[in-house]
Amino acid sequence: MATRGFTGRRTPSDAAARTPPGQALTDDFPVLSAGPTPKIDLASWRFALKVGPRTVKAWDWTAFNTLPMTRLTTDIHCVTTWSKLDTAWEGVAIDDLLADAGLAPPTGFTLAHGYDGYSTNVPAADLAGPKAMIAIRYDGAPLEPDHGGPARLLVPHLYLWKSAKWLNALQFTERDEAGFWELRGYHMYGDPWREQRYHDDP
Amino acid sequence: MSAGPARVSSWREARIVAIERLTPRVSAFSLQPEGPIPFRPGQHLDVRLTAPDGYQARRSYSIASAPERPEILELAIERLDDGEVSPFFHDVAEVGDAIEIRGPIGGHFIWTVADGGPLLLIGAGSGVAPLMAMVRHRAAAGSDVPAALLLAARTRAGAPYRAELDRLADETGLALTLALSREPEPGPREVGRRVDAGVVAAALGRLPAPPSHVFVCGSNAFVNVATDALAAAGVAASVIRTERYGG
Ligand SMILES: Cc1cc2nc3c(=O)[nH]c(=O)nc-3n(C[C@H](O)[C@H](O)[C@H](O)COP(=O)(O)OP(=O)(O)OC[C@H]3O[C@@H](n4cnc5c(N)ncnc54)[C@H](O)[C@@H]3O)c2cc1C
Repeated sequence: MATRGFTGRRTPSDAAARTPPGQALTDDFPVLSAGPTPKIDLASWRFALKVGPRTVKAWDWTAFNTLPMTRLTTDIHCVTTWSKLDTAWEGVAIDDLLADAGLAPPTGFTLAHGYDGYSTNVPAADLAGPKAMIAIRYDGAPLEPDHGGPARLLVPHLYLWKSAKWLNALQFTERDEAGFWELRGYHMYGDPWREQRYHDDP
Repeated sequence: MSAGPARVSSWREARIVAIERLTPRVSAFSLQPEGPIPFRPGQHLDVRLTAPDGYQARRSYSIASAPERPEILELAIERLDDGEVSPFFHDVAEVGDAIEIRGPIGGHFIWTVADGGPLLLIGAGSGVAPLMAMVRHRAAAGSDVPAALLLAARTRAGAPYRAELDRLADETGLALTLALSREPEPGPREVGRRVDAGVVAAALGRLPAPPSHVFVCGSNAFVNVATDALAAAGVAASVIRTERYGG
């Protein structure tokens, strides 16, 4: 159904191939979070790697910063329909984190947890390799609180709500457990190229 | 028409049945879908516009009307001059036009009278939309849950729903405050400055007890100012829900 009088603003064709269906490009970096932005002191920051309820290893800010750092320039896609191309991140690849803890993925599922009580599920396979990291720098500077700093998960091939802000734990779970937005009507997987926005999207 | 409940993710046609200018920048658009869309106050719709060649744009808009009337849903859309979708609504859309919608969407920024209170609502500009759904629902349900609404705008004329909010304050005990940053002579229920810690503390003071639910909606910058002020006033982050319209 065409909407009377709507012509729209097109994405330039070179960028169109990188823009998933239903998304529009932005040069800004919009902020969408469900509560106040937590102010997290680096001196008290902790990140824990867990298997079920058990903490396998925890890092403070100093220890975390001694882990190998990876750079990643990638496109990101928010379910509220904006996409942003060529965003530059730096952080610790999940593979490097697991190696430091001496852990092989014990299950196929994870929940990422934030300081604000947020959580989101990501399959372990989607965290492997260069696809995902715990980002602590954006565009050459420490990650700002509004964008999830000090550290956020970054899983850029899924909608950005999977990239939990203010990360404080990554937990392997026996089953695929729904997180915050997944319990509130959003998709369990969230692939932008298949437009998996809401729970009943195929 | 299909039998059974429509899926949230399926697009449905809705007709624009009324357009009302609320401020120079914000207009209310009443949409009548093919069948009623039950929703909860605070939820939003996705709107999809299609060009003749099939190109589509979609955006989210909070439902501003009360859930007691699921047959006609009202959106309050602010015009962003360099925008793609909001200028279409302001400059092109007319009563009788059909657009596509889906929803209701959102399971977090929601309040119903069953959730109780005290309730504190803080919004700026079109961010008042989901808060309108809540105060209209509270009124329609005849609820006496203590509720305060703090609405920020530059000028009195720039505050959407001002007359209706005044009426709700008179008739339903809603503790209304307009924070008007460019209004040199604030009247009753108005303060002549931007939202800051003092303005938020005053709004909190109009509730009989600390709020058990706080909803803040507007631009990210506004939401940060308001939630910082709430933190300074000792309101726990765990009772604060935010809806950020991007920008
Ligand atoms: C859950 C949700 C509910 C929403 N509810 C409402 C609502 O009730 N009423 C309403 O008017 N809007 C609402 N919005 C915002 C709306 O979805 C659109 O983003 C907005 O109308 C701009 O779309 P556009 O196509 O006109 O502008 P675009 O073409 O998308 O953007 C134009 C320019 O403005 C910037 N921009 C985008 N949004 C904003 C903003 N809010 N403030 C300043 N600059 C901005 C963009 O980055 C871009 O540079 C909501 C957003 C979300 C996520």
